[in-house]
Amino acid sequence: MSELDDFRASTRQWLEANCPPEVRGPVRSEDEVIWGGRKAVFATPGHERWLKVMGERGWTAPEWPVEYGGGGLSREQAKVLAQELARLGAQPALNSFGVWMLGPALLKFGTEEQKKRFLPPIVRGEIRWCQGYSEPGAGSDLAGLQTRAEDRGDHWVVNGQKVWTSYADKADWIFCLVRTDPEAPKHLGISFVLFDMATPGVTTRPITLISGKSPFCETFFDDVRVEKENLVGELNRGWDVAKHLLAHERTMIGAMGEIGGGRPLGQVATGAIGVGDDGRLLDPMLRARIAELEVDAAAFRLALERTGDRMKAKQAHPALASMLKYYGSELNKRRHELLMAAGGSDALEWEGERSRDGAMARDWLRTKANSIEGGTSEIQLNILAKHVLQLPGA
Amino acid sequence: MPLILTDEQTMLKGAADGFLSERAPIAHLRNLRDSRDPDGVSRELWAAFGEMGFAGVVIPEADGGSGLGAVEAGVIAESLGRTLTPSPFLGSSVLAATVLTQAGSDAQKAWLPRIASGEAILSLAVDEGPKHAPARIAATARRQGNGFVLNGAKGFVLDGHVADALIVAAKTDGGLTLFLIDPKTDGVEVERTVMVDAHNAARVTMTDVRVDADAVIGAVDGGEAPLTAALNLGRACAAASLVGAGDQAFQITLEYLRARKQFGKAIGEFQALQHRAAHLFTEIEIAQAAVLAALQALDAGREDAGLVASVAKAKAGRVAELAVQEAVQMHGGVGMTDEFDVGLYMKRVRVLNELLGDAAFHQEALARSQGF
Repeated sequence: MSELDDFRASTRQWLEANCPPEVRGPVRSEDEVIWGGRKAVFATPGHERWLKVMGERGWTAPEWPVEYGGGGLSREQAKVLAQELARLGAQPALNSFGVWMLGPALLKFGTEEQKKRFLPPIVRGEIRWCQGYSEPGAGSDLAGLQTRAEDRGDHWVVNGQKVWTSYADKADWIFCLVRTDPEAPKHLGISFVLFDMATPGVTTRPITLISGKSPFCETFFDDVRVEKENLVGELNRGWDVAKHLLAHERTMIGAMGEIGGGRPLGQVATGAIGVGDDGRLLDPMLRARIAELEVDAAAFRLALERTGDRMKAKQAHPALASMLKYYGSELNKRRHELLMAAGGSDALEWEGERSRDGAMARDWLRTKANSIEGGTSEIQLNILAKHVLQLPGA
Repeated sequence: MPLILTDEQTMLKGAADGFLSERAPIAHLRNLRDSRDPDGVSRELWAAFGEMGFAGVVIPEADGGSGLGAVEAGVIAESLGRTLTPSPFLGSSVLAATVLTQAGSDAQKAWLPRIASGEAILSLAVDEGPKHAPARIAATARRQGNGFVLNGAKGFVLDGHVADALIVAAKTDGGLTLFLIDPKTDGVEVERTVMVDAHNAARVTMTDVRVDADAVIGAVDGGEAPLTAALNLGRACAAASLVGAGDQAFQITLEYLRARKQFGKAIGEFQALQHRAAHLFTEIEIAQAAVLAALQALDAGREDAGLVASVAKAKAGRVAELAVQEAVQMHGGVGMTDEFDVGLYMKRVRVLNELLGDAAFHQEALARSQGF
């Protein structure tokens, strides 16, 4: 037996023993999603235990170094862990902007002290992070951001406004882009800072979306004190950190539809519409569209895996994250259009227990943001045309 | 296993790309086509393919081959897609060689060293109607005396007009049986079909063709397993060729976007074209991942390898189709001329798409496997 087989056997055994029954099976509602943080709310005691045992093992960030609380696994071991988790149908033990976005940036740009201070609580899900990037006047043109950080010797004072700050009202800390040199060209006057959302002067206001839900907020900073030790990377070179983090965010958004763990589209459709004697979905036109999507989805999952393998082997252009973001978010939108078509009028219900308060329709509407958040599809195509294809004038 | 080529596989890719771009660039295809070459493939090139070890890539070393796997066959198929080279590789080295390796008797396996050296060309006769439908084979083999009598009509038999032997799939009492037949046998008629891409196939008609029992490959009624193995590898390799052809058409188009000027600037400066090019790049990357995954799954003998091959064939087919449409459109008027190469890619992709099941065929297979 190879080392990897040994690892698989011991992982399987540990998961069988430690994965609570409540977290096996698809995520049924938003309440079940584990986000952690100081204000964490768990759907069941099993969900709370799941985060605790996985966090202690570092398996909420399997490939991070053990010294920062991570699992210290190789990429191949991490794949095995993911396969074994999928085999059990285990829900994710932690959904975390800290794991997906900030952590990779800290690992690359953070000081030793910052890594030791911030990474372990991220792995254990103790601190929930939000992202202060977009502003009312800086969407696709993110580098045009205006939030100011004024130098006051040992600290900065931050004033300004962010928007589309996901879960700002539930987050404990923020990683934030601020302008530290208003005179410099726009990309060269930005710094990347961290601060506690409980700092005086920080307020948040949820924005109601077309889904009727409020995952995003407006966030206001009014004379917020930020310690200088919380600068990540060099002063005025925050754009480098921002771009690195965006690549991880984009890969995460691209992969979102593929790791959701919902019921397969074909199953939803046969359940709603029925099958004929030949076992085929009774709506042949919809069936063909679903089959086409499933081929695209299967191929895309392989592209996610291959791109990760190439990045690990240093064979991939960093801008390939834009490819994953673009394709994955468009794919997820298509999937939810087909889910709505499969659900028919049942999927239109907006209230009540039968529809779990309109979960299908609200999820469908939520996916429309996938091709906007983290950089629109059009911005991703611009990046690919410029940095990968190197087309003239791009 | 990581979804990247190993160092050895990368070296093979370099060797195949180098060999084909030197010995069989697109001018080679044009020569065969414009001279109305009686074979439609170059025997000389095929022998050189044998010397390079390409023709016997999946044939075991004990049978005179290179003893490599599906990934290596796919690497060569992709190179062939880039140069559009007419070659018996898919029919003889992939499809026929897989059937014989899997199920051939010792006497039948005597063909393998000759396939590997490029000396012999074999072909697999499966399709009957205009669409690939191996589940609906109607050709029959009836027992008579010590042997069988075959009747039926086959089409899309790759390079069947120059084949030294044919592997024919026919219905027997309890299933499907594969036969190794000499095309010169009484009752066998082989008609060359020159295709739109200037590659060749054949229609094979069998009228009361008598063969001995030793023409059976493997067991009577046991043809399905070796046939499926050959078709799966063939599909993954055809998908690799599609990715090669699609990506090469894309690379040619990118060059054109940089060079062609209108309104005083390179047309590649226009965002309308940049976004389409970036979209196509994305699609090609995704198709490449599916193709490599299918080839690796076949090498690992995974249970779902056939399904991954279906994903690869469907995805690569649709993506290559988009690539050649965009190539001709972005070239504008010159894209419609025979002088420019992009039209040749469009033709080749149409043929490869039809070969061994189009996207709809493989999407149907995936739908079935997922129970809808």
